Amino acid sequence: MRTPLLAVEDLNVWFELPGGGELHAVRGTGFELEAGERFGLVGESGCGKTTAMLSIMGLLPPNATVSGEVRLEGENILARGEESVSRHRWNDIAMVFQGAMNAFNPVQTVGSQIEEPMHLHGVAEGKVARRQTEELLERVGIPKDRADRFPHEFSGGMRQRAAIAMALACEPKILLADEPTTALDVMVQAQILELLVSLAADFNLALILVTHDLPVVAQVCDRAAVMYAGEVAESASIDALFHTPKHPYTRLLFAATPDLHAGGERVASIPGAPPRLDQPIVGCPFQPRCDSAFAPCATETPILKSVGERHVAACHLNDHVREAATA
Amino acid sequence: MSASIQGGAAAATEGVDVAAARRPGSIRHVALREPTAIAGLAIIAFFVLVALLSPILLTGDPKAKVGPIFEPPSASYPIGLDGGGADMVKLLIAGTRVSLLVGFCAALVSAFIGGTVGVLAGFYGGKTDVVLMRTTDYFLVIPDIPLMIVAAALFGRSLTNIIIIIGIIYWTTTARLIRAQVLSVRERVYVKRARALGASNRRLIFKHVLPQVAPLLVANTVLLVAYAIFAETFITFLGLGDPSVISWGRLIENAFNDDAILNNAWWAIIPPGLCVTLVVLGATLFGQSLEDALNPRLRVGHLSVRRFKVRPLRGKLDAE
Amino acid sequence: MSTNGSKPLLEVEGLVASYPVGRGLVGAAKREPKLEVHAVDGVSFSLRRGEMLALVGESGCGKTSTAQSVLRLIGTSGGSIRFDGEEITGLSSKELRPLRRRMQIVYQDPYESLDPRFRVGATIEEPLEVHKIGSKKERREEVKRALELAGLTPADLYINRYPHELSGGQRQRVAIAASLVLGPELLVADEPVSMLDVSVRAGILSILDELRDKGLAVLMITHDLSTAAHYADRIAVMYLGRIVEEGPTREVIENPQHPYTRALLSVVPKRDPRDRGTPQILRGETPNSIHIPAGCRFNPRCPMAIAECKTVDPELRRPAASQDPEHLAACIRV
Repeated sequence: MRTPLLAVEDLNVWFELPGGGELHAVRGTGFELEAGERFGLVGESGCGKTTAMLSIMGLLPPNATVSGEVRLEGENILARGEESVSRHRWNDIAMVFQGAMNAFNPVQTVGSQIEEPMHLHGVAEGKVARRQTEELLERVGIPKDRADRFPHEFSGGMRQRAAIAMALACEPKILLADEPTTALDVMVQAQILELLVSLAADFNLALILVTHDLPVVAQVCDRAAVMYAGEVAESASIDALFHTPKHPYTRLLFAATPDLHAGGERVASIPGAPPRLDQPIVGCPFQPRCDSAFAPCATETPILKSVGERHVAACHLNDHVREAATA
Repeated sequence: MSASIQGGAAAATEGVDVAAARRPGSIRHVALREPTAIAGLAIIAFFVLVALLSPILLTGDPKAKVGPIFEPPSASYPIGLDGGGADMVKLLIAGTRVSLLVGFCAALVSAFIGGTVGVLAGFYGGKTDVVLMRTTDYFLVIPDIPLMIVAAALFGRSLTNIIIIIGIIYWTTTARLIRAQVLSVRERVYVKRARALGASNRRLIFKHVLPQVAPLLVANTVLLVAYAIFAETFITFLGLGDPSVISWGRLIENAFNDDAILNNAWWAIIPPGLCVTLVVLGATLFGQSLEDALNPRLRVGHLSVRRFKVRPLRGKLDAE
Repeated sequence: MSTNGSKPLLEVEGLVASYPVGRGLVGAAKREPKLEVHAVDGVSFSLRRGEMLALVGESGCGKTSTAQSVLRLIGTSGGSIRFDGEEITGLSSKELRPLRRRMQIVYQDPYESLDPRFRVGATIEEPLEVHKIGSKKERREEVKRALELAGLTPADLYINRYPHELSGGQRQRVAIAASLVLGPELLVADEPVSMLDVSVRAGILSILDELRDKGLAVLMITHDLSTAAHYADRIAVMYLGRIVEEGPTREVIENPQHPYTRALLSVVPKRDPRDRGTPQILRGETPNSIHIPAGCRFNPRCPMAIAECKTVDPELRRPAASQDPEHLAACIRV
């Protein structure tokens, strides 16, 4: 069996709270990513998707504790914390942050900010760096003569493209994009998503798209994991997630998303709210809001199990069905 | 079941579980947590207590001669005697009352003027803002100490005058601070909404803007106390203070006039100076930590490389 | 859906609103012409009671400015707004006060639209206090009624809470309750759910849905075409300060005529991964509304533009291929 490019296993992140106590933000999350694959990490606010992403990059604050493995081509880069992860940052795994378009240094030219990681990571210097920067800019759809302009001279969409160029500066193998199009108009969103897809294809880049927007994942990604309360509820090909979901949250989340072509279908809402993460959770975290909860759900925590080809879900209903099928 | 009842059930369980979360930015939140705030508050509280208890602590005239001039500290007079033979301890206690009184009153005067100017300038904008801010600038430009000297010389040296003079010098920074805060609050959606309802300016200012601005004003007033007490000491030391009252500044002034230094009578000079320093320190510590917590602009990020912690991978047999 | 068949509640015609843009000292010294953002550049539409109209478009299209002009929250420099037959563009703020009771707005940000120092009850009571309606007891009753209309039952559970104790969805319900307490006839909802999680959006939108059924006229501003498609009776698509297409929702979504609408609909991501279609991604970005292109304002980016498009500014009229008399589009080629 081929080693996946990135394998996250049993990732846990705790944050120390100012008043004492811990927030268990990521609770045993795991997924695998192949080279050149486009993977979506979907969930609503507070589900832990951004924290999980930051853990992969080792960009957690000092009050965070991490456990689990993040294996890049077989090597656990989290083994020694900052020390072991920093050399992979940007070289192998790069990130386009949420609101990256607003995170540019206003007094430095865009070109110099794209060159900066090249210098820092010893990838290129001087004229070579400059040339590579110009190529990158052209590749993301920015005319290369804009390299000497300042961020405020770019529109939001252009700045997002520049942020993508900056992420690609050291030719990483994996690109993490955290809500890359949330603040953009739908037409610019389409342009950026098209760009990400073509970049992934051209550079054989693996892409992890983190977002709350299901339709975006449906259009761009091959596979996705749906996160809830710090855990992966279900992970499968995007087709399977929509057409044959094996977790009620996945099904309900799609049902709660209005669609242009869904006609008179009623848009669902999921009552209640996610559980607090600073307290232990008994049983299935989704149980209080689930429309299909039954006996074991309140007391036994469901485990992520295989329910099909490359399809896993953490729900007791699947065991129930299987038991009934094999009875 | 109609959708609104369903919605009601939905809304009821939509996460109302935040048990008595403290509203971010409330003074209690800060005062009870930060060590610097507690330390500052403790110092001020101590001196306030002394000032309040002074009628009980002082028996007779504190300036009464009880021994030889500049007698060093001893068992019966722990801080020695001053240049008139009076007990330093009694003098310091008497001085506490006056210095704190002037400090607090002057700070209140400053806060009132500064707060009013800041709110009016920030809320109304336009010409009002320009006029008020120009006035503020003029006051800022005038050097405070010469102004205090001139004013004291012109208007007489009563305690009330001193309070007013100090009050008039220091309102400018408060005005700017409050104006900036009001400008941002004015743009908040809930203020716009109230205005869209048809709420009057009066209502907007008193019900929506002032409550948001008040904590910062309080924090700033505490800082002003520090300035004011120092200013009073300074003015009095220069000989412009009210001659009929004892304040720490007066004690230092007297000590200098009576040649305490030549007599090596450090106990006549240092203790009053120390009291001023301590109160100013206390007020600054408390006020600064309040302001840090309340003024979002002062939030400092840390630039050092952050190191998170790694827990070794737990074996699958470990109990949760 | 109980649409009052007679006169519309709101009639807007040729509305124009613009903002001046600073030239800076250098610009003024060089005597550069004063620039304006033409946020609303000739907008006309009507809204009936018991109807929900969605104003959709990308940022800068003028949908929020249009809504704010209608409510007279910003000034207009041309056109007319008739509310219940009465012209309101020329009214002073004093004359507008009684009208403010009849038209209300719900804002986008549930985290900023409630005063953090006011309890829920106080926020909802404030409109009644401002307009001096009812006794203290009567107001309390109205507040409870409004909370229930917004789905926050039992009302007593919420009345004394502070905003920071509530979730985003609950805060938005409070904002809606506060807008309903005066019994308005027109409600403007500016991106009412865009800052909320997907799972709670339907709950909020269904409140607006029900209110519409009871006869409230709702003007919803949104950039999310899918939401508009589900809830609105009619859609008006805006571009650079003008409505370029409008009509009954199903008609506009399934039979779009204006090239901009077609492109927009083609790039909206769909839930079903098998529903990929061919997205028609326009190049470039929407130009700013300071320099509006001559002729048809969409012509520089239009895939169907011809020479005439650079000179003719099209009016809204029924396209040849429309299936509904109320379906209008501003394009000379359809």
